[in-house]
Amino acid sequence: MDASTYVLPFEVCDLSFVNRVGGKCASLGELIKAGIPVPPGFAITTEAYQSFLDDNGLTDKVNKRMDGLELSLLDEIDRASQDVRNWIEAGIIHEYLEDYIADHYRLLSRRTRTPALPVAVRSSATAEDLPDASFAGQQETYLWVRGVDDLLDRARKCWSSLFTPRAISYRIKMGFDHSKVLISVAVQKMVRSFTAGVMFTLNPATGDEATIVIDSNWGFGESVVSGEVTPDQFLINKITMDVVRKTVSDKHIYYTTDPGTDEVKKLEVDEERRKSQSILDQEIIELARLGKIIEKHYGKPMDIEWAVEKSLPHKGEIYIVQSRPETVWSQKEVKPITEAKASVVEHIVAGLMQGKKMK
Amino acid sequence: MAELKFPNPHQAERIPGTEGWERMYPYHYQFSTDDPTRAKYEENMFWFYDGLHYPEPMYPFDIIWDEAWFLALSQFNTRIFIVPPALGIDHRIHNGYIYITPLPVPNPEDIPKRVELFMKRAGYYYQNWDRLHDQWEEKMKNLIKELVDCEIPVLPEMEDESVVTEGIGISTGYKLLNAYDKLIDLGIKCWQYHFEFLNLGYAAYVVFVDFCQKAFPDIPLQRITQMVGGIDVIIYRPDEELKKLAKMAVELGVDDVAMSGNAASVLKAMEGTANGKKWLQAFNGARDPWFHVSTGTGWYHHDRSWNDDLDIPLDAMRIYIEKVRKGENISRPTQKVIEEREKLASEYRALLKTDQDRATFDQMLGTSRTVFPYVENHLFYVEHWFHSIFWNKMREVAAILVDHKFIKDVEDVWYLKRSEIKDALWDLVTAWATGCNARGPLIWPKEIEWRKEVMKKFRQWTPPDAMGMVPETITEPFTIVLWGITSDSMAQWAKLKAIADSDLSKIVGFPGSPGTVEGVVRVCRTVSEIGQLREGEILVAPTTSPSWAPAFQKIKAAITDVGGVMCHAAIVCREYGLPAVVGTGSATSRLKTGQRIKVNGATGEIDILG
Repeated sequence: MDASTYVLPFEVCDLSFVNRVGGKCASLGELIKAGIPVPPGFAITTEAYQSFLDDNGLTDKVNKRMDGLELSLLDEIDRASQDVRNWIEAGIIHEYLEDYIADHYRLLSRRTRTPALPVAVRSSATAEDLPDASFAGQQETYLWVRGVDDLLDRARKCWSSLFTPRAISYRIKMGFDHSKVLISVAVQKMVRSFTAGVMFTLNPATGDEATIVIDSNWGFGESVVSGEVTPDQFLINKITMDVVRKTVSDKHIYYTTDPGTDEVKKLEVDEERRKSQSILDQEIIELARLGKIIEKHYGKPMDIEWAVEKSLPHKGEIYIVQSRPETVWSQKEVKPITEAKASVVEHIVAGLMQGKKMK
Repeated sequence: MAELKFPNPHQAERIPGTEGWERMYPYHYQFSTDDPTRAKYEENMFWFYDGLHYPEPMYPFDIIWDEAWFLALSQFNTRIFIVPPALGIDHRIHNGYIYITPLPVPNPEDIPKRVELFMKRAGYYYQNWDRLHDQWEEKMKNLIKELVDCEIPVLPEMEDESVVTEGIGISTGYKLLNAYDKLIDLGIKCWQYHFEFLNLGYAAYVVFVDFCQKAFPDIPLQRITQMVGGIDVIIYRPDEELKKLAKMAVELGVDDVAMSGNAASVLKAMEGTANGKKWLQAFNGARDPWFHVSTGTGWYHHDRSWNDDLDIPLDAMRIYIEKVRKGENISRPTQKVIEEREKLASEYRALLKTDQDRATFDQMLGTSRTVFPYVENHLFYVEHWFHSIFWNKMREVAAILVDHKFIKDVEDVWYLKRSEIKDALWDLVTAWATGCNARGPLIWPKEIEWRKEVMKKFRQWTPPDAMGMVPETITEPFTIVLWGITSDSMAQWAKLKAIADSDLSKIVGFPGSPGTVEGVVRVCRTVSEIGQLREGEILVAPTTSPSWAPAFQKIKAAITDVGGVMCHAAIVCREYGLPAVVGTGSATSRLKTGQRIKVNGATGEIDILG
């Protein structure tokens, strides 16, 4: 047993690791291998979780506590959930495991040149492809976690999320063995966004797949995702990679963190930045390039969240923080654009007959 | 589109002091109310100002080309190829500015029959394109030869004795009338040929554009043009000749000679050495036909050709000599152009979703590529080669009118309609034959002075973009491609113009070639000023033509007053990867040399920075 049994940096993960690191970490590893700059981090493996249970004598104890639960007995499930979660959250992470995790955390801190690096701690379930993946408690997310103690504390919370009443009920309903479902934890650098937003690898307004659309605002992507501001918008031709349309909007608010407390706050944008372009031209092109890679990686149009972190105004680090398949245009029925015709003259006639609408 | 409202043509503004201007132009070009049916027709049609071809008011003579294409374009649509839903394009003039309107087929029941005929006739041209096109080139070359051979005789005091000894039986007076008729006839015929392929070329291109825009709603028109654009297009030939001459001058060691003095002294100095003579031979070889290239669009008599002023090509060639001396590569980036064109086509194709779409794309792209070179090439034959020679032949006619005091200056002839010139020649020839005084000298100089004043007032007036009513749809292919008249473009245009009108630091035109740059303005009103261009400046010109090509070696963007996505500046800038904004209407008057501006070739916007 060495460190790699319990802790794996994202860059060594790929889809074959799903059982050990969960879907989220595995796909982050895949993205890194495809050349996508995702915020760095590591997975606390399912083995680590299993060892933790064993070390605390919880494996059998938990199984026993789960015995005899039935879907109809909601109160019973609630009580069992409470017990198990308390046990897990009060469990001791033994020194060997703590060392492995702490080493990786400190390494990450050094790599990113940030003392006590703020990280996001999330559960990464091993059965994400199941229709209702929430049974695994994978929604558990803790942001701006700093220091080893807090990290371990949140890791235990992620583990215990495997035993929310909802997760337990789901497994009962599906007939899954509670002891066979494991969980991994993703620990990932928090991006202190200078500029952030979303990117579609097609134009959501027209469905044009030769277009990439980038929306951006100062600070975190939340202001863009939530629709609280009209973001700057850029249309990039995916083939020629030039910006074909730029709309710089009046952006009244943005989200940022207090560097002391890491509290996220909503602020008014300074007068001079409100109507300034919130992303550099070269960053637009670099993002679009990444968008193309991600789209190719998944083989379908994607909806991507991104962020640029920077300490100097001219030089930034781009991160892809989230990517999921685009759902609106991708679900439209694919139909040929025009009827097949034997000759171009027939197409011409059809085209001429239609003309150009003026009203 | 309910927002688009344009003035009633019958209530269009009249300019005080120009009363009677109508007699300067063909009578049927007037908007008129004397007949209720015609008046109603005029009010209900959508007349848009043809600023693409006519940035300035029409000279009474120069309207010949407008009449020529009025006839030629319309006849091919209506009577020859039978374009199913569209008839020709009707023309009017107001305050010297040309307004045109596309006519739909009025009776929908006629359309099926027209479809059948069109399939057969247009189909024949598409199938036999190359052969018919070769034949076309022959016809054009013969026509131009006829023009060159058309002698404009000067009236002698006494006819030569040979008229008697050879029993010729006609006088120079008759020959002059005949030569003038012939000249006009050749001009009209040339424009018949002009449209032999153009309507079909545009029609094929329009369906491809339409397909691309359905598949890729955001696709810039520039990119579609790039996919179908020809590689071996003769629009580049005059410029290629200059490059060849520049390289040759350096190779032969006569570049110093070529670099000093004006054209006359250079050509004379070249005579002095064996290598100079060699170069001179190549130079003279290039002059016919390539130096017939016009310095403007060729549509106006004042668009002079390289042959008219050899200093122009010589100055342009000097730009290349300097580059060759510095060891720079001045060749056209042909390989890069081909690669880009193929990359665009294959990557757009790859984004199509079905096999059927890919098959249609291949079919349409193939045809567009066959027909498009004609669209690009015909300009050289007609507007440049033919027109340049034609204008000078007309100057020979004018010189006779000057000799006989019908007009004061050769360049006054353009203030007369061609039918008036014919009348004047009759007056002149009969007076010559008779030995009496002609009446012309009492009439025309005065009339021309008045017309000059009228045209001055026309020039100060701004024609409205359009008049009359906006139709539901437009089916006429030229209207769509050439003038870019669609609901979107009209709305966008109106919007951008409104912004530009209220914001003095903004100018808006058509996006000609994508890219954004900041730089310093150099306004060149004529091609003779391109020598002043410094490396990296932004060229601002009324329009450009192949004779401006060397300028594109130095600049980082181009802006023109006139032109659409197919104009010379747009084509060349796309080839060299420079941003271009064309058809701004006013850039040469609003921008000043030395100003800093930002040009966005993808949106057509120009920001004045300082």
